[in-house]
Amino acid sequence: MASANLEFSLAKAPAPGLQNPVHEAQGIFRALMNALARPGKLQDLPELDLNPPAPLGKSTAAIALCLCDYDTPIWLDKELAAAKDVTTYLRFHTGASFTNNPMDAAFAFVSKPENMPPLSAFAKGTSEYPDRSTTIVLSVSSLSHGQTVKLSGPGIKKEQGFAATPLPPQFWREMQTNNELYPLGVDVLLAAEGTVAGLPRSTKITFQES
Amino acid sequence: MTSSQGTSPRGAPSTGEPSARRTAMATLANATIADLEARLAAHPLPQEHTIIRQPEIGLVMVRGRAGGTGAPFNLCEATVTRCVVALPDGTTGFGQCLGRDKHKALLCAALDAYWQQEPLQEAIESEILAPLRNIETKRKEQTKAEVAATKVDFFTMVRGE
Repeated sequence: MASANLEFSLAKAPAPGLQNPVHEAQGIFRALMNALARPGKLQDLPELDLNPPAPLGKSTAAIALCLCDYDTPIWLDKELAAAKDVTTYLRFHTGASFTNNPMDAAFAFVSKPENMPPLSAFAKGTSEYPDRSTTIVLSVSSLSHGQTVKLSGPGIKKEQGFAATPLPPQFWREMQTNNELYPLGVDVLLAAEGTVAGLPRSTKITFQES
Repeated sequence: MTSSQGTSPRGAPSTGEPSARRTAMATLANATIADLEARLAAHPLPQEHTIIRQPEIGLVMVRGRAGGTGAPFNLCEATVTRCVVALPDGTTGFGQCLGRDKHKALLCAALDAYWQQEPLQEAIESEILAPLRNIETKRKEQTKAEVAATKVDFFTMVRGE
């Protein structure tokens, strides 16, 4: 596995992690679990006293502290990888390693979704192990049950309207291709301030006719 | 938490004479919470630190070598509590000690952080660490004496004829 050449030093102390690691991580996990079980439905994250270094968002940091550990290589987008405070913070609190190759990543964190690589650049798992795929966490500024796309599939009673910004223009087409790969494919979590929504690979996406 | 999580301060020599900081951390980890608190009550520390990793309990694998030279094997797992604090200037202090005492891990971490501050180091060495070392030496000697009293010297036994 190609490991990124990201230096780790504690010359300056990283920002504090979760104040109450067990209960707060359980609260975050519950929100993430419901987000993937009910695709497109907005889930509230618990109230957290977190001040992660910029450009790492509070919700994104909460997801990282909850899900990542020494067993889950992390891929960061250019903006996050360039911020030394961010890499020190994540490595100190999660113990995870970093990778330059999105194919090797268990989790990918994207702070600027406009500039993200195509979904096909990330690991989609193998037929034997579909779980060995990348979970992509996108920091978005707004999430809503708006009308960009209609979601249907497991976990959605009829259909669910969904909109998020900012996203790259080809994002929803790529998500459709991702759905066709099922049971392979990537899962996407969208994190806005205090809320999170999930788009698992099983969700079918149709464009709203207007 | 596992032993493979490399969050200990880097750069400390792994062989030869242990560094002064290492010796200080070992003394703190070996002290009992009652002794630590007694010393801190007599010589209170500044309270400028923030906790950046809350005290947490985990396991580490204890490894041994038969006779001290054989192939290493996993002996058992031991419960360890760890904690990390930071001072306003960015200094980090690490506390790791056997057992489940979160308060002790926090005190160890805070003492490690303040120990790295030049103006405080001497006072901590003489007022807190030196008395703790005395207590530790006494306790070790007492155990040694108790064990020595029950020693059986097999070579003095007379073979039955």
